[in-house]
Amino acid sequence: MKARVLVTLKSAVLDPQGKAIEGALRSLGVPGVSSVRQGKVFDVEMETSDPAKAEATLKDACEKLLANTVIETYRIELVG
Amino acid sequence: MKSAVLVFPGSNRERDAARALERVSGVKPAMVWHADTALPAGTDLVVLPGGFSYGDYLRCGAIAARAPIMDAVRAHAARGGLVLGICNGFQILCESGLLPGVLVRNARLRFICREALLKVERNDTPFTRRYARGAIVRYPVAHGEGNYTADAATLKRLEDEGRVLFRYVMPDGRRDDAQVLNGAANSIAGIVSEKLNVLGLMPHPENHVDPLVGPTDGRALFESLVGALEKA
Amino acid sequence: MTPSEPKITPELVAEHGLKPDEYERILKLIGREPSFTELGIFSAMWNEHCSYKSSRLHLRGLPTKAPWVIQGPGENAGVIDIGDGKAAVFKMESHNHPSYIEPHQGAATGVGGILRDVFTMGARPIASLNALRFGDPKHPRTRHLVGGVVSGIGSYGNSFGVPTVGGQVGFHTRYDGNCLVNAMAVGLADADKIFYAKATGIGLPVVYLGSKTGRDGIHGATMASASFGEDAEEKRPTVQVGDPFAEKLLLEACLEIMEAGCVVAIQDMGAAGLTSSAVEMGAKGGLGIELDLDNVPCREEGMSAYEMMLSESQERMLMVLAPGKEEQAEAIFRKWGLDFAIVGRTTDTLRFIVRHKGEVKADLPIKELGDEAPLYDRPWVETPRQVPIDPASLDITATLPGALERLIGSPDFASKRWVWEQYDHLILNNTAQRPGGDAAVVRVEDGPKGLAMTCDVTPRYCEADPFEGGKQAVAEAWRNLTAVGARPLALTDNLNFGNPEKPEIMGQLVGCLRGIGAAAKELEFPVVSGNVSLYNETNGRGILPTPTIGGVGVLDDIAKMATLDFKANGETILVLGVTTGWLGQSAFLSEILDREDGAPPPVDLALERRTGDLVRTLIADGLVTAVHDVSDGGLLVALAEMALASGIGASLAIPSPEMNPFAYWFGEDQARYIVTVEGSAKALVLRRAEMAGVSIAKLGTTGGDRLNIPGERPIVIDALRERHEAWLPIYMGAGLM
Repeated sequence: MKARVLVTLKSAVLDPQGKAIEGALRSLGVPGVSSVRQGKVFDVEMETSDPAKAEATLKDACEKLLANTVIETYRIELVG
Repeated sequence: MKSAVLVFPGSNRERDAARALERVSGVKPAMVWHADTALPAGTDLVVLPGGFSYGDYLRCGAIAARAPIMDAVRAHAARGGLVLGICNGFQILCESGLLPGVLVRNARLRFICREALLKVERNDTPFTRRYARGAIVRYPVAHGEGNYTADAATLKRLEDEGRVLFRYVMPDGRRDDAQVLNGAANSIAGIVSEKLNVLGLMPHPENHVDPLVGPTDGRALFESLVGALEKA
Repeated sequence: MTPSEPKITPELVAEHGLKPDEYERILKLIGREPSFTELGIFSAMWNEHCSYKSSRLHLRGLPTKAPWVIQGPGENAGVIDIGDGKAAVFKMESHNHPSYIEPHQGAATGVGGILRDVFTMGARPIASLNALRFGDPKHPRTRHLVGGVVSGIGSYGNSFGVPTVGGQVGFHTRYDGNCLVNAMAVGLADADKIFYAKATGIGLPVVYLGSKTGRDGIHGATMASASFGEDAEEKRPTVQVGDPFAEKLLLEACLEIMEAGCVVAIQDMGAAGLTSSAVEMGAKGGLGIELDLDNVPCREEGMSAYEMMLSESQERMLMVLAPGKEEQAEAIFRKWGLDFAIVGRTTDTLRFIVRHKGEVKADLPIKELGDEAPLYDRPWVETPRQVPIDPASLDITATLPGALERLIGSPDFASKRWVWEQYDHLILNNTAQRPGGDAAVVRVEDGPKGLAMTCDVTPRYCEADPFEGGKQAVAEAWRNLTAVGARPLALTDNLNFGNPEKPEIMGQLVGCLRGIGAAAKELEFPVVSGNVSLYNETNGRGILPTPTIGGVGVLDDIAKMATLDFKANGETILVLGVTTGWLGQSAFLSEILDREDGAPPPVDLALERRTGDLVRTLIADGLVTAVHDVSDGGLLVALAEMALASGIGASLAIPSPEMNPFAYWFGEDQARYIVTVEGSAKALVLRRAEMAGVSIAKLGTTGGDRLNIPGERPIVIDALRERHEAWLPIYMGAGLM
């Protein structure tokens, strides 16, 4: 099955890249954007078709490598 | 002094580190490949050099921190062995859990290569015994992600325990967190572990050891290590 | 032919950048209609970038030999003997068109390509430089291009681990539609262990190394030979993405594999990828090459033979391995995590045969692919001469201090710290002279020897008088190397011009090449490598002719290296060379009076040589404390740069009071250097100059914290520095940090 993992900075952590993107949008005249936070997306293909198993494996992957939990949080989306 | 310089795919200051170590200690360090699982017998000092291990992909230092050799480094550190992580090496030490906190993108989002002024906060460590306490030294920085970040509790603990060893300062010797070149919390340039045997720092002492190509303020750090090991 | 392949039509031929007469040439050569893959191969081999069809005729006039030249033009890079069994390997190459479309990746892959050219020859890169030209700062695209190009160069070089030690950054409205990114790399090798593209031996394996092949950059080399219309944005997909991490691994693996004696021939896959690398290896060695594309490591599925042959995926190499070395070579590559595949073999047929899925996709005569490329003697006209400017005819309202302050804070003269601080210029711990001097100096191994390197050209001069401008670019590079105390050895040229099909543009190319040739000959400063970038033109408007010269020289002892900063108070400032007050095409005229006209300063090569040879001996003998070459901006800008670098001021006076002071201080006469001497050395330096037949005059004395000119308000160094440092960070929106 396919899954998507989203890793973003914790809300308390400053995101200078997000700020820069926010500023760039403003200078490009894109209206109505009040804040941007950026992050990473991992599209993962899993061998298992069991959602619970897939989720557990991905959680392990996030804790071990994909996210640095000092500053980042993650979210797992099973795409099916 | 028997030292080992780790080489990860994408390390690029391993030669600079090895050269500085050899110049100061007179002994050529062993170059240890990331895929190895053991350090050479009798290793006193492990150096994690600068560079872009694994291209800085994912997060800088993240993949290298999980390399096979790192278990041996953790064991060496746990035994009280000396570990020095410079630049990418500091990032790897943070990612591997040997030091707290994390290095993120410079506040101004640009890579920066220039000489930085640092204050040596204490000289009762194996890394700084040849410096005067409070000395201001010049090491170059060359990094895009040297902005030290940790939660408030961690920062407080580091400060309370005197574990900030190098701090960026202004030309007048004062610390100015608002002006610091990369945005580092508390102007932190380098921190040590609880037992004072693991140092991670962003600036490059190994690039300031040779009068033919620049200042020599970095020499004393390597001399300190040689001295500490002779005494031990 | 598989049915999915397009039919060869005149439109398809034109889309491949081949002119009808060029297609006729193909038909005549192979005696039949080419397959789609073959058409692609011809378009890649016969475009301007690979074939030099417009410039080849005129490049033949360049001097390329000297006793210290090991390899001249024609290989991946030039090679010169620097003594002690060591060789310097270097080249400069443009990545102009890709950088305009996608500045970060375009510039990054430009750096990657030139580094590969150097380590392909067995040299470890020790320094990188770059010459950048952007449009008017007010042009809406300029800021974006500056930011992207600088971050791209930095990200690649910094990660790869080579110090970026010097270069040039200039702005002019004529680059509004075409920025220039010229990247130079210098490597160090053992003089007897240089590797070449020439294949030898029949039946040997042809091996593919490095990253996988994707669809990136297909037709990049063709793009590099086309002018832009307004649709430049749509060309974005053909820009390659660089992976400096893979390149670093490729470097280490290649050097290891060479050291192990596995390599017979090696060629990097640059522009036109697999096609030009395979053809060059075979053609140079007088051998045929057969490729089986089924074995090419691909990143994308379903790639056709056409796509694989034209892909410009980065960080790839082609090698011919020594017999019986496959296993050892493969083990080294696997250790570094790189792809390794045997994709073909050498033959004695002199044919270039490409197979894919059991079908022959191309079967072409290998030598003719290169040798029979079109060669054009394009019509050209001489650039009309301009008359010298008479200073008395100028209506100058500025004051000397005011003009200096404006110049030093103007885009071309303002500090480029914002740029070079984004480049790691210290890695490898050999950078003896950092950015900001006349030339960068990099220690060779543990010293005391060092290599000096620089990039130079003054496009305004080249536009006004291509012959003198070409001479001047070479002379200035030679002078900059001399000013740090180095013996100039050889140069690489990167010739950036507009559309050569226009006789006036072709005239610029011809004129500049003649000038470069004349200067290189007279100064014994041969051309050992180079690159031509034509069609730098947007909507019919070409760039200023910009033949960038990358010079390399050697210092026997870097402890004796000269630098430009004033060293102490109370030293005598002298100018060597003749000052006539030449204002034609000067920075003063352009920046202060807003006019670019008049004849540029002529270059007297004999005088240049005499003066430079004297300066070099003064440096070697320790008689001078600071040295700076005088180039655009003239004496006062040069003096200001010496003051800014040191924080020490000077009291100045015109030694020729009859001369117009603006012409004296801002004129751009060539073959001049400013030096400072301690009191005790002054008499000896004056005597040496007299003996050498070089004019010398006293300009003043160092001291204080300002520049004082009698009758003018003092110029405070700190205030001047603020102006000097302010422009670029503010322009880039970074504030004064």
